[in-house]
Amino acid sequence: MSALVFLIPVALGLGLIGLIAFLWALKSGQYDDLDGAANRILFDEDEEDDEKTPD
Amino acid sequence: MDSGQTISGSAASPTSDLARHLRRRDDGQVELEFLVPGMHCAGCMQKIERALGQEPAISHARTNLSTRRVLARWRPEGISGEDIIGKLAAVGFDATPFNPELAASAHDAQSRELLKAMAVAGFAAGNIMLLSVSVWAGLAQDMEATTRHLFHWIAAAIALPAVAYSGRPFFRSALKSLAAKSLNMDVPIAIAVILAAGASLFETARGGAHVYFDASVGLLFFLLIGRYLDQRMRARASSAVKNLLALQASSAEVVAEDGSRHWVEPAALEVGMTVAVPAGGKIPCDGDVVSGQSTVDTSLVTGESLPRTMTTGDGVFAGTVNLTGPLLVRVTAAHQDTVLAEVVRLMEAAEQGRNRYVRIADRVARVYAPTVHILAAGTFAGWLAFGFGWHPAMMAAIAVLIITCPCALGLAVPVVQVVAGGRLFERGILIKSPDALERLAEVDVVVFDKTGTITTGSIRLANRAEISDSQLTLAAALARHSTHPLSAAIVAAAGDADLPEATGVTESAGHGLAGTVDGRELRLGSAAWIGTEADTDDAAAVVWLGVGAEPPVYLRFESDLRADAVAVVDTLKERGYAVALISGDRPQAVAKAAAVLGITQWEAEATPARKTAFLEDLADKGQKALMVGDGINDAPALAAAHASLSPASAADVSQTTADCVFQGDRLAPVVTALDTAKSAHRLVTENFGLSFLYNVIAVPLAVAGLVTPLIAAIAMSSSSLVVTLNALRLRLLGGLV
Repeated sequence: MSALVFLIPVALGLGLIGLIAFLWALKSGQYDDLDGAANRILFDEDEEDDEKTPD
Repeated sequence: MDSGQTISGSAASPTSDLARHLRRRDDGQVELEFLVPGMHCAGCMQKIERALGQEPAISHARTNLSTRRVLARWRPEGISGEDIIGKLAAVGFDATPFNPELAASAHDAQSRELLKAMAVAGFAAGNIMLLSVSVWAGLAQDMEATTRHLFHWIAAAIALPAVAYSGRPFFRSALKSLAAKSLNMDVPIAIAVILAAGASLFETARGGAHVYFDASVGLLFFLLIGRYLDQRMRARASSAVKNLLALQASSAEVVAEDGSRHWVEPAALEVGMTVAVPAGGKIPCDGDVVSGQSTVDTSLVTGESLPRTMTTGDGVFAGTVNLTGPLLVRVTAAHQDTVLAEVVRLMEAAEQGRNRYVRIADRVARVYAPTVHILAAGTFAGWLAFGFGWHPAMMAAIAVLIITCPCALGLAVPVVQVVAGGRLFERGILIKSPDALERLAEVDVVVFDKTGTITTGSIRLANRAEISDSQLTLAAALARHSTHPLSAAIVAAAGDADLPEATGVTESAGHGLAGTVDGRELRLGSAAWIGTEADTDDAAAVVWLGVGAEPPVYLRFESDLRADAVAVVDTLKERGYAVALISGDRPQAVAKAAAVLGITQWEAEATPARKTAFLEDLADKGQKALMVGDGINDAPALAAAHASLSPASAADVSQTTADCVFQGDRLAPVVTALDTAKSAHRLVTENFGLSFLYNVIAVPLAVAGLVTPLIAAIAMSSSSLVVTLNALRLRLLGGLV
């Protein structure tokens, strides 16, 4: 039973990390353009040296 | 009118128009969102970002494919907004500044709040379940009471903040409903969640064996999923509408008495002012032409397919498009007094009628919510009456509330709507109002508008057989120097014939063309322009061709029916729908279309008010009408009808008003939408049936006090799953409906 003393905090902590990561992703606009993000992978990066870095 | 015209119209708008929309930043840069409707794929995004990225003054350019917008940030001294529109035009994209006031939306914020609430509830539900499962297993085996208490306290520590945070959307809505002295679905939800959490805390404090934290948080999680799906569907529709509204932003060029010109917002126009309207521009007010001659596309107000000639003294209407020559217009009505504004008011009045429609879920809630409360109260009273004391009575009453909590009910409608909406979206039909599917399913009469709906809106030479090849070639040689829609139709009719060169071509706006081809004097235009007697019956759709002194020939024009119009009308009749045709066009034209389509119930020369009255008559007779229309003159009718569809080529206002917008140049989506709505309706009904079946089994157990937290959790999850799976059948059965 003594294992519970650290197992429960570990379980909760992992869940909490996931929740915070999700809220952070939401806040930083990663859910704003789902269609666009899917397409961006097709960009040819070599030619994009002059591309301005988005923030 | 098509949106392409609106776009180019706005793109040519003056500096003042753009400057109004600019957002200034602290670092001296300015920021503006552009709407780029033509952006479809990765290639488009890259082209746009690269084109803007190469410009040193632009510090940031980012496309958003979901909203079809581009956010650009630049130093105002280096480049202007017009230059950016020019740059986008150079790579092939029409861009319009997007008014940020329209962009700021309650929907985005709401959707975000729901998503956050859902994430928190999901996290809490998962972790509490982890603890609950251990406790359930422990009850059967040998968990010590102290460990169980520890688990209960941890669950309480997670559940209470989660309920307080994630439950807010429901608490708010329940309070609002109670303030309005009515009961919606959220009232029993809020009571059940709060009671379950409160009673569990009490149980935890007194060291009881059963707590309902998992049920209370799990309930919130499932309900938030349904709420979020519902919200996302609305947001998608309203963002499409917002894009359309943004395109309407325009301005007016006022000519002062001393001849100087300046730009103002249309709202600032006053009666008696004179405004200049360039060729290709939208007329900003109702007024009389004081100088100039042009053809005006009046389809927005009259629904007529052919442009009208306007000259000094003629009245023009706000929102119509000036096609060929510049006009000076004296304002007779501006802003809220224009015919266009009148149409909008008519529409709002009709819209209020539709707002009275009660969605299925709310109709169910009206019966369901009181029933649940009475059942719970009855259980409490019953247990007390049998002398069990208030504590077991309370626990049994809470169990009833939890078990009856409309979890599956809350999911029943949104999951079906999302699946059906997704299927229709794939087929180019956008559902705009969440209850549109419900209303579509009840339709029994389909009313079509003619111009632009049954017909394609493009114009075709109708009496080709009566004209010799050489005459057509001559007419086309002259016509290709003009941008008038009828000229375009003549050139199209001539096909790829080798056209001789016309010299000395002059165009007299509103009258016609003159020029020399192969040494022969040619005139093409109105009867008066040629110098012959006009056949007044058909005047709008006829052009005369005069070759030297030869007797003139006339060319008659018609607009084509949509390719599958006849088939669609037949299919609708087969399915048992009544079909009617109502149009603002001339009786001859409407009669002809009705005959071809086999429609016996038709009306011509109908004003917007008449169209509305026609639909209200149907409603009075107890019939539920689907209106399919595209012009601004149809907009009030679209709002008045039980349900409405509009093609994507329709006027902005009509698209905004209609329940669904369909793409493409076929009418088949009308049938698809009706069929899908029927299937969706059947699934929703089944889902309600399944939810009730679950209640019939579970409620007696709860009343009898046999529901433990374990049973509550299993019952809730399984009923939600069953409902969701049932909705997904619409997708699996895809090919069949």
